[in-house]
Amino acid sequence: MPYRGVDYFALDDLLTEEERLVRATFRRFVDEEVLPHIGHHFRQGTFPMDLPRKLGALGALGSFLQGYGCPGLNAVAYGLMMQELERGDSGVRSFASVQGALVMYPIYAYGSDEQKDRWLPAMARGEVIGCFGLTEPDFGSNPGGMRTTAERHGSTFVLHGEKRWITSGGIADVALIWARTQPEGEVRGFLVERGTPGFSTRDIEGKFSLRASVTSELILQECVVPESAMLPGARGLRAPLSCLSQARFGICFGVLGAAMACYEEALSYCCERKQFSRPLAGHQLVQEKLVGMLEEITKGQLLAWRLGRLKEAGRLRPPQISLCKRNNVRIALQCARTARDLLGANGITDEYQAGRHMCNLESVFTYEGTDHIHTLVVGEDITGHSAFD
Amino acid sequence: MKILVTVKRVPDPEQKIKLKDDRIDLSAANWQLNQFDEYAVEAALRLTEDARNPATRLGEVTVVSLGPAEVQQQLRAALAMGADKAVRVDSRDEDLDADIVARTVEKLVRRDSPDLVLMGKLAADNEGNEVGQRLAGYLGWPQATFASIIEVVEGGKALLVGREVDAGVEMKKVRLPAVVTVDLRIVAPQAIKNGRTPPDHAYPEGPRYASLKGIMAAKKKPIEELTLAQLAIQPTLRVRTVSVRLPPPRKAGIKVSSVQELVDKLHNEAKVI
Ligand SMILES: Cc1cc2nc3c(=O)[nH]c(=O)nc-3n(C[C@H](O)[C@H](O)[C@H](O)COP(=O)(O)OP(=O)(O)OC[C@H]3O[C@@H](n4cnc5c(N)ncnc54)[C@H](O)[C@@H]3O)c2cc1C
Repeated sequence: MPYRGVDYFALDDLLTEEERLVRATFRRFVDEEVLPHIGHHFRQGTFPMDLPRKLGALGALGSFLQGYGCPGLNAVAYGLMMQELERGDSGVRSFASVQGALVMYPIYAYGSDEQKDRWLPAMARGEVIGCFGLTEPDFGSNPGGMRTTAERHGSTFVLHGEKRWITSGGIADVALIWARTQPEGEVRGFLVERGTPGFSTRDIEGKFSLRASVTSELILQECVVPESAMLPGARGLRAPLSCLSQARFGICFGVLGAAMACYEEALSYCCERKQFSRPLAGHQLVQEKLVGMLEEITKGQLLAWRLGRLKEAGRLRPPQISLCKRNNVRIALQCARTARDLLGANGITDEYQAGRHMCNLESVFTYEGTDHIHTLVVGEDITGHSAFD
Repeated sequence: MKILVTVKRVPDPEQKIKLKDDRIDLSAANWQLNQFDEYAVEAALRLTEDARNPATRLGEVTVVSLGPAEVQQQLRAALAMGADKAVRVDSRDEDLDADIVARTVEKLVRRDSPDLVLMGKLAADNEGNEVGQRLAGYLGWPQATFASIIEVVEGGKALLVGREVDAGVEMKKVRLPAVVTVDLRIVAPQAIKNGRTPPDHAYPEGPRYASLKGIMAAKKKPIEELTLAQLAIQPTLRVRTVSVRLPPPRKAGIKVSSVQELVDKLHNEAKVI
C-alpha cells in the first residue's frame, strides 16, 4: 500500500486546494526521488547531490519567498512541503530549511539589491548551495557569546574564527557567517564564497544522526572579504534569530512527516507480523502504543496547522513557534522510538525507516534551539522571568 | 493545436472497498485523478509545447470533468500540471453513466471545436472503457484507442497513433479532428512527437510534477461551471446499478498427496482436463 498520509481527524478539510496540491507534489517526489536512495546515502554518510537541482526545478528552495524565481507559498503550504520532505529524511528537509530559511531568507530580508540579484535566483534553482554559520565550538545555545570577529580594514573586513555543526558546510558555494565587528562588537552577517583565501571547511565524521546530510566545521583565518559581502540590513543577534524563527516553523511541520512515516511503518508491520496466536496489532499493549502515536500526531498536526494560519495572519509570536517546535519534535522522536520498538530486531536495520528517523530526530531535538531552550523561551513568555543570563 | 482532455476523479484504487446498502460506500473515499486521465493530460501538454521552452504554449489544453464541486481539486491538479483552462459540468456521480458522459462531452466538443479529444483508456473505478468510443461515434470522428505512441504528421492534419497489440505495435493514421484514448506507455520518454520538440528529446518517465510555480499559476486559471441542463443533456441513465456485491470469499485450497490424485481431481471434479 503506497503512503497516503495520516489524517485521523479529517484535517484535510482545513487545507486549501493549493495546499493539497503542494503536498501531493512532494509526496510523490519523496516516493520517487528520495526514498529509493536515502537508505544508501544514510549508510554511506553522503548527501544526495542530485536533490538540490531537482528541488529547485519544483520551486521548493526559498519557496515562501516572493520574486527572484521563488513562488511565494503561504505558510501552511510551505509547512506541508517540509512535512513531506522530512517523511523522506530529516537530512533532506534540513538541506531545504538551511537553503531557504537560513540563507535565502536573510539575503532577501537584509541583503542589498546586488546581493539578492546575485544569489537568490541561483539558489532558488539549486545551482548554488548555501550554509548558515552561527554556532561555534564553544557557543551553541548561547550564540551571543560568539568569538568570530570581523575587523574592518578600509573597505574590507578580515574574518577570524571557527564555526561548527554547520549543515551543508562542506558542499556550500556560499557561507553566511555571523561575526562580531571589531571594534564595535556588533553581530553582522557576511556572505563568504567557497575558495576565498583563509576560508576552509572540514566535514564532521562519525555521526549517528543526519548521516544523509553534510555537517561541517568552517574555519576562517585572516579571511578577507569586501564590504559588499556584508548584509547591510542585518544588525545584531536579532537578525540570525529571525532566520531561526523561519526555519523552526518548517521544523514544526517537518518532524510530523518523520512521525507519520514511523507510524505508518509500525502500523503495517504490526498488522502483518504474527507472534503468539495473532498479529502484533492484535495485542493490547501494541494497540496502546499505536493509538498513542496516532493521538500525538493528530494533536501535532492541529498545532502546526494553527501555527501556520497565525503566521499567514501576521499574528505569530516566536514563543508560539517554540512551543510547537518543542512539542512536535518531542512527539516525533517518541513516535520513532516506539516504532523502532514495535519493529523488534528489524527496527535496528536500515531496511526499515524507523531507526533512521529515530537517529535523525535526535539532531532535530538539539538544533534550532534545544528542547530546553524552547522550554525556557515559553517559560519566560508566560512568567515574565528570564531563566537565561 | 487545441486539445480537450477529459478527466475523472476516482476513489483511491488502493483503498479497501466497503459496501453499505448494496452500494460501494464512498463516504470515506480518498479521491484522486484517474491515472490514465493524468497520462492524457501529460500527453496533451507534450503535444502543445516545445520541450526546450515549455513556458511558451504552442496550443491550448482544456480539461473537462463531470462531477460535484469537489472535482475542482482534480481539475486544479491538471491546471497545475500546465493545462490552460477547465470546465466542470455539475453532476452527482450516481447520476452518470458512460452514455451521459459521452453525450455531454459531445456537446462541449461541438461548442468549442477542439482538434483533438484525448482521454484515458478507462477509469480505474469501474474500468468501463466506453466513453471514448461512444464519443467518437456521436461525433462521427475517427478514433484510436489505447494509444502508446502519438506522432503529429501531415503538417498537423493527422496523427500517427501506435497501439500495443499482442503481435507488436499497430500504427494507425487518423485524420484530425479525432478522439484518442491513451494507455500507460504514452508517458514513456519518447512516446510523443509533435514536430516542434526535437524528436530525440527524452522526457522523464511518467506524468510531470505540478511545480510550485504551476500550482500558484493554476489558482488564476479559469474553471468554467456548467450544468447538464445548460448543455441540454437529458440525464436518463442507460445503465442502472441494481446492487453491488463483493465476490464470495475464496474457499481454502486442499493439498493433494500425489500427481495421480491431482490428475484425477482435475479430470473428475474440476473437469478441466
Ligand atoms: C546535525 C546538526 C546540524 C546543525 N546545523 C547547524 C547549522 O547549519 N548552523 C548552525 O549555526 N548551527 C547548527 N547546528 C548547531 C545547533 O544549533 C547546536 O548544536 C545547538 O544550538 C545546541 O548547541 P550545543 O550543541 O553547543 O549544545 P549546548 O548549548 O552545549 O547544550 C548542551 C545541553 O545543555 C542544555 N543547555 C544549554 N543551555 C541551557 C540553559 N540555559 N538551561 C538549560 N539547559 C541548557 C541544552 O539544552 C543541551 O541539553 C547543528 C547541530 C546539529 C547536531
